[in-house]
Amino acid sequence: MCLGVPGRIVEIHDDRGTAMASIDFGGISKEVCLAYLPEAEVGDYALVHVGFAITRIDEASALETLELINSIGNLAEELGAEPGTGASPSGVQP
Amino acid sequence: MRYLDEFNDPALARRQFDAIAELVTRPWALMEVCGGQTHSIVRNGIDQLLPDEVRLIHGPGCPVCVTPLEMIDKALAIAARDDTIFCSFGDMLRVPGSHDDLFRIRSNGGDVRVVYSPLDAVRIAEANPDKQVVFFGIGFETTAPANAMTVVEARRRSLTNFSMLVSHVLVPPAIAAIASAPDSLVDAYLAAGHVCTVMGTEEYDPLVARFGVPIVVTGFEPLDVLEGIRRALIQLEEGRAELENAYPRAVARTGNLAAQKVLADVFEVCDRAWRGIGVIPQSGWRLSEAYRDLDAEYRFEVDDLHVEESPLCRSGEVLQGRIRPNQCEQFGITCTPRRPLGATMVSSEGACAAYYQYRRLDVLQEV
Amino acid sequence: MVDHVEVDGTVDPAAWSCPMPLRDHPRIVTGHGGGGRLSQELIEHLFRPAFGGATDDPSHDSVVLEMPTGGDRLAFSTDSYVVTPVVFPGGTIGDLAVNGTVNDLAMSGAIPSALSVAFILEEGLELATLGLIAESMGRAAEVAGVRLVTGDTKVVEERDRGGLTITTAGFGAIAEGVSLGPRQVRPGDRILLSGPIGEHGMAIMSLREGLEFASELRTDSAPLTGLVQAMLAAAPGAVHALRDATRGGFAAVLCELAEGAKTGLEYDERAVPVPEAVASACSFLGLDPTHVANEGKLVAVVAPEHAETVLEAMRAHPHGRDAVLVGEVVDEHHGIVVARTGLGAKRVVDLPLGEQLPRIC
Repeated sequence: MCLGVPGRIVEIHDDRGTAMASIDFGGISKEVCLAYLPEAEVGDYALVHVGFAITRIDEASALETLELINSIGNLAEELGAEPGTGASPSGVQP
Repeated sequence: MRYLDEFNDPALARRQFDAIAELVTRPWALMEVCGGQTHSIVRNGIDQLLPDEVRLIHGPGCPVCVTPLEMIDKALAIAARDDTIFCSFGDMLRVPGSHDDLFRIRSNGGDVRVVYSPLDAVRIAEANPDKQVVFFGIGFETTAPANAMTVVEARRRSLTNFSMLVSHVLVPPAIAAIASAPDSLVDAYLAAGHVCTVMGTEEYDPLVARFGVPIVVTGFEPLDVLEGIRRALIQLEEGRAELENAYPRAVARTGNLAAQKVLADVFEVCDRAWRGIGVIPQSGWRLSEAYRDLDAEYRFEVDDLHVEESPLCRSGEVLQGRIRPNQCEQFGITCTPRRPLGATMVSSEGACAAYYQYRRLDVLQEV
Repeated sequence: MVDHVEVDGTVDPAAWSCPMPLRDHPRIVTGHGGGGRLSQELIEHLFRPAFGGATDDPSHDSVVLEMPTGGDRLAFSTDSYVVTPVVFPGGTIGDLAVNGTVNDLAMSGAIPSALSVAFILEEGLELATLGLIAESMGRAAEVAGVRLVTGDTKVVEERDRGGLTITTAGFGAIAEGVSLGPRQVRPGDRILLSGPIGEHGMAIMSLREGLEFASELRTDSAPLTGLVQAMLAAAPGAVHALRDATRGGFAAVLCELAEGAKTGLEYDERAVPVPEAVASACSFLGLDPTHVANEGKLVAVVAPEHAETVLEAMRAHPHGRDAVLVGEVVDEHHGIVVARTGLGAKRVVDLPLGEQLPRIC
């Protein structure tokens, strides 16, 4: 479940007391309820599910995750570990 | 698309596959709880590319699949009325009730409308004051904030012709029920990322402590799913059982507090029957007493329901990961997305539909 | 063949020998018009047996007829248009109606000559709207090089269907030596796609109540006769089959080709061009771009040694600028289409079931 799609907040306005935003999903834009993201600002990325923004996307975390994945195997390569030894993987912290 | 494309990078996925292949020394079974994860796994062929020792068990994470049959029958009865406009997410339209489905109700003249957001149902109510508009409020915790805000909005606009038929289900009790089963096969759980976006991760600590299993909060794009799998396997190989967050860009430990506040006001916990599994105590949400006047179950008298499940359907066993879809005798023969016996063949991310729709050639040849 | 029992002039469904999905749906549902599996079943199990059709004839967009008087073979086709709204970004139901039948004929290698047009108008339809649609039809016919020669008009009570439905039928001559169809398809043939997918369907979807979103998406409705003729001229005999990817999308076309040709098809997901706006819209609605309707795109199955030549000819034509090679015909998994995913796995591609429904999961 939970088709959540990231999009950029382009504009914020009020609709009868409820915060709404115009969100750009890349070539299309849609009106979305922003009531659950009171601190969101134009330019932020939000995760949208059934017409509601449910969280901001943390850019720093996103980059960290990608860097982490990119560095998998690097330590093993540097140390010249043999593949298939079941050696403990590198660079992973909970 | 930003924050999606990067997490589909095949070169990075290759690193994860290689790392997984290297680190696994014995068989492990992981359960992904969320149907969206199941969809991603089967569609992208992730399960095909993992080493044989890693078995993915598809869990009951599809709210469409687990909505109790009685609730479906109530929805159908309400939708069939002349004085109602029944609004629903698209996923629910093909789900078979005891005798019917929403598609057929629509073809028989019922006013059934697909909406993207529950707020659209409120707009429909405002535009149709002479009809009773009912929204089918299903889903896990991810969808609950949207449904909750919709109920609040209906009250704010003093709508007398709007109500919601609520059938929410909760993930932690489901994990507890599966993990408690004496013959549970699951070694670690991939928790549903967007559920945790809303609820946070704190409620999974007691589950880790009680059952001694790793629980890794996992996203949906291929790299996210692989990262969840990789971290769960590392824990298993190292003999650890901890709660980990592999989806930090969208999940904070405390979750979305603004949403939780509204949820606490609008919903209350109740027992819920999970289709194919049975009643899991305290595993659902219904509208709280303060909002009972907007509860479709109270507004409409739906009696005389003859609830009967297909005797042949083995959805429940699939949902608990006891059998794979293609191990059911009906799979692909008497049960297809075209003519489903149960809900797991209907929803695009029910395990049976995912297997059938994207069925790998080896599954096809078995059938 | 299928047997049916006539009792008092009515047909008894219970006597049909084919598996009868229609018994599950005693009435028509919207999905029967979706271009997917339900539509196919309606044709196979209700219409074809009733019309005495041969079941071994793979379905094409248009039919090729030998004329009793001799001369060129003719392609003949018909199509109905019920799209709402009737006016949408980039076009109207009118030019769809013209281009749709023109393209059906073009896929047989015919050069369309003339179309008939039948209108079913709802009481209350604004004349200004009808005028706009008629004008767009006239223009589309001109661009397509066909004449609108005969027609009919009926008026019915208001049905809230957008105001009108249009049926066009048309014919065109096929040059000698041109023979296209699933039966010509061979393992090793290449699969070409004339351009990006999903534009028409998502342009329409953007206007649907409750799903509305803002975008620059426009219908890709266009007559493909010129493109087809350029392809045929570039390498005579090299093009084996053509299908235009309408309802049911790119996936439906491939599935129908595989079934009709009784071979397997494989393609690279990453090779299929999807405009960003289509990808984004499909993403948030939970739809698959390969199931979304097009109105100006074709899939071609071409002999491997001539694929490059045909591709170049496509790219030189305004309606094929973004043409790409996406896959090939294989001598395995007959009747099944397989997609190679970005990760390197393979998955089966199935006909969409019925209408496309947005999902939350």
